Amino acid sequence: MKWGVVRFPGSLDDGDALYAIAEVMGQDARILWHKDESLGGVECILLPGGFSYGDYLRTGAIARFSPIMKSVAKFAADGGLVIGICNGFQILCEAHLIPGALTRNRSLSFICERMWIRVENASTPFTRATKRGDLLRLPIKHGEGLYVAPEDELRQMEERGQVILRYVDADGRESDAANPNGSMRAIAGVANQRFNVFGLMPHPEHAVEPMLGGVDGLKIFQSIAGSAR
Amino acid sequence: MSERPVSLPGEPKVDLEQARAHGLAPDEYRKIEQIIGRTPTYTELGVFSVMWSEHCSYKSSRRHLRKLPSKSELVVQGPGENAGAIDVGDGWAAVFKIESHNHPSFVEPYQGAATGVGGILRDIFTMGARPVASMNSLKFGSFEHPRTRYLLGGVVGGIGGYGNCVGVPTVAGEVMFDAAYNANILVNAFCLGLVRKGEMMSAKARGPGNPVLYVGSATGRDGIHGASMASAEFDKQSEAKRPAVQVGDPFTEKLLIEACLEAGKTGAIVAIQDMGAAGLTSSSSEMASHGGLGIEIDLDKVPLREARLTPYEILLSESQERMLIVAERGREAELKTVFDKWDLHAVVIGHVTEDKRWRMRWRGQIVADIPIGALADDAPLYDRPAAEPEAQPQTKISITEKPGTAKALRALLDSPNIASKKWVYRQYDSIVQSNTVLGPGSDAAVLRIKNSRRAIALKVDSNPRACALDPYLGAVGTVCEAARNVACAGARPVGITNCLNYGNPERPEVMWQFVRGVEGLRDASIAFGAPVVSGNVSFYNETEGHPIPPTPTIAVLGVMIDVSKHVTQFFKNAGDAIAIVRTATPSLAASEYAAIFGIDGGRLGAIDLAREAALIEGLVEGAEQGLIRSAHDVAEGGLAVALAEACFNPRAILGAEVELGRAGNAAAVDFFGEGASTVVLSIAERDAARVESLFAGRGLEFAVIGRVIADPRLKISGTLDEGIAELQRIYEDAIPRRLRGSD
Amino acid sequence: MGILDPQGRAVESSLQSLGFKNVSGVKVGKYILLEVEARTASEARDEAKKMCEALLANPVIEDYRFEVDGE
Repeated sequence: MKWGVVRFPGSLDDGDALYAIAEVMGQDARILWHKDESLGGVECILLPGGFSYGDYLRTGAIARFSPIMKSVAKFAADGGLVIGICNGFQILCEAHLIPGALTRNRSLSFICERMWIRVENASTPFTRATKRGDLLRLPIKHGEGLYVAPEDELRQMEERGQVILRYVDADGRESDAANPNGSMRAIAGVANQRFNVFGLMPHPEHAVEPMLGGVDGLKIFQSIAGSAR
Repeated sequence: MSERPVSLPGEPKVDLEQARAHGLAPDEYRKIEQIIGRTPTYTELGVFSVMWSEHCSYKSSRRHLRKLPSKSELVVQGPGENAGAIDVGDGWAAVFKIESHNHPSFVEPYQGAATGVGGILRDIFTMGARPVASMNSLKFGSFEHPRTRYLLGGVVGGIGGYGNCVGVPTVAGEVMFDAAYNANILVNAFCLGLVRKGEMMSAKARGPGNPVLYVGSATGRDGIHGASMASAEFDKQSEAKRPAVQVGDPFTEKLLIEACLEAGKTGAIVAIQDMGAAGLTSSSSEMASHGGLGIEIDLDKVPLREARLTPYEILLSESQERMLIVAERGREAELKTVFDKWDLHAVVIGHVTEDKRWRMRWRGQIVADIPIGALADDAPLYDRPAAEPEAQPQTKISITEKPGTAKALRALLDSPNIASKKWVYRQYDSIVQSNTVLGPGSDAAVLRIKNSRRAIALKVDSNPRACALDPYLGAVGTVCEAARNVACAGARPVGITNCLNYGNPERPEVMWQFVRGVEGLRDASIAFGAPVVSGNVSFYNETEGHPIPPTPTIAVLGVMIDVSKHVTQFFKNAGDAIAIVRTATPSLAASEYAAIFGIDGGRLGAIDLAREAALIEGLVEGAEQGLIRSAHDVAEGGLAVALAEACFNPRAILGAEVELGRAGNAAAVDFFGEGASTVVLSIAERDAARVESLFAGRGLEFAVIGRVIADPRLKISGTLDEGIAELQRIYEDAIPRRLRGSD
Repeated sequence: MGILDPQGRAVESSLQSLGFKNVSGVKVGKYILLEVEARTASEARDEAKKMCEALLANPVIEDYRFEVDGE
């Protein structure tokens, strides 16, 4: 699979995503500069974590207007695979490629912590290598990860299976204590109706080497790699 | 051309009074007149006042800092550039330094801490190194002091707010709460970057005629006289000094990191320096003087944030996120292309000259024309009197309360100085750049080097209580502790950076503390073969005549040849033997136990540096041979606390059963004593004999004291039998519960 | 929509502990100043509305209103 990792001014985990995909998994991956409109024929686009444009105005609000995002939107409309991690998730919401919005953590603090994440839907291109109910150990590091959407929309998303990942405790159970940022329904990751665009707050690219704390992130990348059209 | 520089209409008259108002002593002012041969212009007066301030000139400390060893075969860059550099193997050099931002953080904690982080980052990437790790050492007043919570929240918020946004992980640190810092908090920020040997940049200007470029943020009024604020004590007017605090923009800093590193690769950069304290003035004068040349700048070309800045303001501004570059003549456009890509200003504002003058022009007039050496090299160099004070601290420790062992252990685990700092480090991104093998919450941080089997280890330490009792032994002990922590992780200490925080050096007793501290640092550095390649001095940490205790903050860099051999502090397997190795016997002097239960007096024991070095060798060798399953340095709270902490394994809580003292007759000092350079090890039973020979064979005290057990309880000598889960709960909730209580 | 405003809640709680017991329903928002070149206030108003919809506010989580100064 050919991957493109978009780099905005202020992107931080672009290097980490590139390292995970190219070095650890040995796949073909390149950086796509935000000012370019060409996607270079890639098959999956990754919008990485970070503080694009310093999170000015609202997180992701300015990045969504970068020249490359026009091409990303068209790519997604044509069914291409797009994954947005953390700031990437925020950008996808601002660009309306995914419903809802990410707001400030309930605690008002930035949190960097390893979480237990439960897979709610294993039938998507991003989770095919997992099983429903699987627990993934993935780190989060964000100050604005509280996912919100109108109640009606949330209900429909749940019914359609658009809620892909949820925060849970080590036993796989939802609880207030297990929800690090106050996200509605403990939502950690969602997909669009067509299931080709996926946004998640946890960082799979930071869980691909045993020495650095775990390899559960590989399952998400392997799912995508196995979904090449 | 000999145009005479002028003050501008409306500027105050320059005389002794005005000089005094600028913080210059009368003899300093007279020296200035003598050097330039006339009365300085107002702009020149401002410039001298910051360059000759303690913060910029190190006038009270330079003479003593020269005693520090700065050479070894691994040193790639010693003191003299923006940071020091050590060869860490496989073609990589580690560039690192620690710096203080104490005074601004007390006045405006968020921005003070944030700009402290920003400043140290620039010192690293100005050398062409990509910053890969940050650490910090924080000292606040007592937890109960009314201002502490506000300062704690602001400082931690600022470090996280800035550090997280630039993509450099904050991997370790220390936080202390002590009434001694009620009116003078300390914020020391450390940064380390990696650069290929041979690709390091310099700040020495070369090539008369070469253009000088200003890159980064536009200049505003921030921080004017920030350097002189750092050189003065606090008093009731300090609140009104708020406008002098700089405001940082981490997004611009991130762009600057990428742009500078990319620009460095073009080969068009001759020299580069960040604009830190005293902004454009210090960077331009230092770059030229270190190159033995002169510099001329047209201040009209400087990008401004506000329309009407005077030359005085432009030159003294401490606006953040700006760099000064000397470029190869004719290649300015190449550099501009890189900075344009990252949407940063890049403007030619002057050129290097041959005439060894520092000359500033504005609206067609010269407003400053000074011999290049005058600002930095000719700054005053003082040999301030140092005298040991007559009134010594109490030589007896008196414990006023005599708690039982279990109660004492719980109280210590609940003490903010010992308890889990997770509330703090959870707010820091400790994993970005994918190199963090061991992050916060461990003895030393360990970072792997990609495409190499090597790793580096980092630790920052300080011990003001010990230094208050004996500024020499306290400093020696601090270096030993930081080095020992790095060795516990399995890395060999190879270099040191230091931030020396003291009170007013015009007091002989403070100067004595400083000189003894430098001598302690020197002796320990020599003993470990770890030179001091960079550092910082912060004087005037006192309020209304009360200085802080001597606080030399030491950061040690260690290198590991094989990252897979790193060691953590947690017990791993039931059945493993628990052993202690140490260089001396513990004491309650300067201990957390004494601070909580009595009066913190006493005498520090002597330190045998040969034994300290042997301990470090033993730990490194033990780790390299895979013989040590866990190693934890005994610090505040003593052995009992260290044993409990070693049981708090996040993967699986284990227990320990040990004997202390002779025939089960253990005293408080055995459980909670400190200062004996003690390490708690866990070893596979079958390896116990070999590990013993690693240490006993080097003349160190080594004893197996018990075993790791599956039952999650801490059992000591039949005197203590506590559940680990409960102890861990106390340890983890100590700071959160105190913060909740404030709502 | 009943979106959680944790900042508003924190500010409210701080005000109350400072003794302002009669305050409730605190919301924290943003104030943005723009200089718009337009021939009439009505034109400026239209421009402002478009800017709010396109970028300045996120209707999923924010309400907005604006004023035009200086006819």
